[in-house]
Amino acid sequence: MGARAIWWIWVEPIGFVESTTPMSTELLTLLLSRIQFGFTVSFHIIFPAFTIGLAAWLVFLEGLHLATGRPVYRRLFDFWLRIFAVAFGLGVVSGIVLAFEFGTNWSELARRTGPIQGPLLAYETFTAFALEASFFGVLIFGRNRVPRWFYFIACLMVALGTTLSAFWIMVNNSWMQVPSGIHLAADGMFVPDNWRAIILSAVVWVRFPHMLLAAYVTSAFCIAATGAWYILQNRERTESRAMMRMGLGIAAVLVPVQMFFGHLNGEYVVRHQPSKMAAIEARWHDEKPASEVLFAWPDVENRRNRFAVTLPAPLGSLIDSDSLSAGEVGLESIPPENWPPVRIPFFAFRIMVGCGVVMLVLAWVGSWLALDDRLEARRWLLWATFLSFPLGFIATLTGWFTAEVGRQPWVVYGLLRTAQAATPFLAPRDVALTLLLFGGIYILIFSAGILYIYRLLRQGPLPTPIHPERTNPKRPLAVGGSDSQAGIGLDSSLS
Amino acid sequence: MNTFFPYFWAAVLGLSLLLYVLLDGFDLGVGILFGFARDEAARRHMLSAISPVWDGNETWLVIGGTVLWAAFPTAYALILSAFYLPICLMLCALILRGVAFEFRQRAGVHTRFVWDIGFTGGSFIATFVQGVVVGALVRGISVGADGRFPGGGALDWASPFAFLCGAGLCLGNALLGAGWLVLKSEDPLRERSYRIIPWLLAGVLIFLILAFLAALRMDLSVMHRWIERPWLEVFPLIGVLAVITIVFGVRRRRDSWPFAGAAAIFLAAFATLAASFLPYMVPFSLTILEAAAPMSSLSFIFWGAGIVVLPLTLMYTIIVYTVFKGKVGPSAEYP
Repeated sequence: MGARAIWWIWVEPIGFVESTTPMSTELLTLLLSRIQFGFTVSFHIIFPAFTIGLAAWLVFLEGLHLATGRPVYRRLFDFWLRIFAVAFGLGVVSGIVLAFEFGTNWSELARRTGPIQGPLLAYETFTAFALEASFFGVLIFGRNRVPRWFYFIACLMVALGTTLSAFWIMVNNSWMQVPSGIHLAADGMFVPDNWRAIILSAVVWVRFPHMLLAAYVTSAFCIAATGAWYILQNRERTESRAMMRMGLGIAAVLVPVQMFFGHLNGEYVVRHQPSKMAAIEARWHDEKPASEVLFAWPDVENRRNRFAVTLPAPLGSLIDSDSLSAGEVGLESIPPENWPPVRIPFFAFRIMVGCGVVMLVLAWVGSWLALDDRLEARRWLLWATFLSFPLGFIATLTGWFTAEVGRQPWVVYGLLRTAQAATPFLAPRDVALTLLLFGGIYILIFSAGILYIYRLLRQGPLPTPIHPERTNPKRPLAVGGSDSQAGIGLDSSLS
Repeated sequence: MNTFFPYFWAAVLGLSLLLYVLLDGFDLGVGILFGFARDEAARRHMLSAISPVWDGNETWLVIGGTVLWAAFPTAYALILSAFYLPICLMLCALILRGVAFEFRQRAGVHTRFVWDIGFTGGSFIATFVQGVVVGALVRGISVGADGRFPGGGALDWASPFAFLCGAGLCLGNALLGAGWLVLKSEDPLRERSYRIIPWLLAGVLIFLILAFLAALRMDLSVMHRWIERPWLEVFPLIGVLAVITIVFGVRRRRDSWPFAGAAAIFLAAFATLAASFLPYMVPFSLTILEAAAPMSSLSFIFWGAGIVVLPLTLMYTIIVYTVFKGKVGPSAEYP
């Protein structure tokens, strides 16, 4: 990607800049702050997308083990707990950054919307962050220090914490998408009048389930992919079958529900954010009833689509408004300074939907074949499932890109522009410096985190000391050269 | 009620920051001492003493940050943007030390040193920067007429006094960390920690004297408080008692005394600063009432987070500490 392209992605949303003029200091700072925020928040969301689902999966496994006493569930629990620990750590450290970045880079946003965003994020830290951080220690180190019921409670608390965290973040973000329950004070402060309208808005109740389901589906595919990988390697026979079947089975139920909620999300966008919807659909003119662009290259300068594959009217109205005759807004009836950068939401949305469709097919075909035990013999399906592990992450990320870039040029839709939200006096040099710093550190910890998760996956479930008869002689506890296998179940010597 | 909510939230902010300074203080301090550990066994032993609780400890920083934002949005925007570079540096440092707990166990023997450097370096830098910010706040930061930071420059916070405070907090956290190791570990780590405590204590005392002299010389606004509010002198008295506790604790090898004494020194220093800053939220330009969020925000967080969730959070913090009470042996396996 050349400098021109980077320029386009980040500055175009501001709308009124000609790319030939030299960039002003404020614009350069804004550009760098946006890159930094986009980078740190995108990095962060990868890990909650994984750990929200994994935390629920751990509760499920521990519950199954408590109920049935089957050692396979305990081995799976210990195995996924090790992976959870690595991902959770990355999620925590990258989340702390965000709690402060609002103040450092977006001080005007922090000051003016602080009366709304501050309390929502305070509830997030109090009800979620503290809960999961405290009980995470019990999960990792407390197995032999607490009664089994307490350990199960600790699992529940971590899962509850991750879920509540997603809830408050979605309340906060939904308010930025569709601000309600407030009035603007004379000094530019946003003053909350009606918290019920902010927290219980209909937008929250379609967007929060959408995020939660995204996390569950992402984790389900990671679990199924791990199972498929082991089956392909002909190892961990009990665990791999359980993982592949449970993962695909959960996904087979949840992906259609997720698609339904995705559709409900579209309805709020149509109603409240016409500029975002027009960009997602690359719809340039008002249409009644509207057609639906499947694929195209949106040509922003000439306000038309090139190479378009279009479904005829009224399919656009049907998809966007559940109606055969509804009129849909085109970009040309919106002032260009209020346009989002069209191509990012347009393509991000299509990638997200594409991933969803592939996941639906895999989950349904896999679960159907699993019904009469034909799953393990279909190597093509095993390969496809194995290779599908990134799909959930890609769908989650592109979904966020659609929502967030589609909201531009507003940070609080219709009320506060991103350009007005930045810290007014920040020098480009300082932001460039911190961007380099965050970039370098994130690349380092991301690469290491992925490597360590890969190693844990390759190592596979370990025999638990509680059930020595299940020990696989080919996989002794102390594998040569490294002590990284010192299992989580072995910390009895802590006492 | 108009002044109750702002002062309630100022008190909660004070409590969160105090808990952060004490709790993350000891694990940051252990991180600083980690760099001086003799061998792998000692390093593991040190990590075992803090790894179940460090994450919960760090939460108090985030709680402090979001309470500041929720209850005093003007102050949050002002302080974080004025300290742009130090805050970002601190965040990077906290990232490196945070991932090290998990990563050094997953790394091979040959690459473990990367995360060890990250752990010690991150602990050191985060502590130093926190001290620098406190030092700069003590000197006061200027605010424009509209309540916003006018933006003199990215290095406005930098001063010899601020750097002195950074160094002082490093010594203080190391003292707290050594006290924690004495409390939680067994010999030989316990004995080594005992031996280093007198040196760290001397360092902290020298820092406090230097900071006091510097403050007198610079005629800082903080110092006027001592004349206006003579009751502030009770805090140095607590500090003296705390020093005596540490000295006797070390001489008689009473494992819980050094940590208690070090915590009391921190408590006294923290209370001194908090009492000197009152009624300011950003010293000495923005008062608690001026910085307060609208009443509808403050009451919303009061009835839920303030009187329900905060006590619950304190309760399960205590439960988790109870679960992990007692000594950690030298052969402890860190998973």
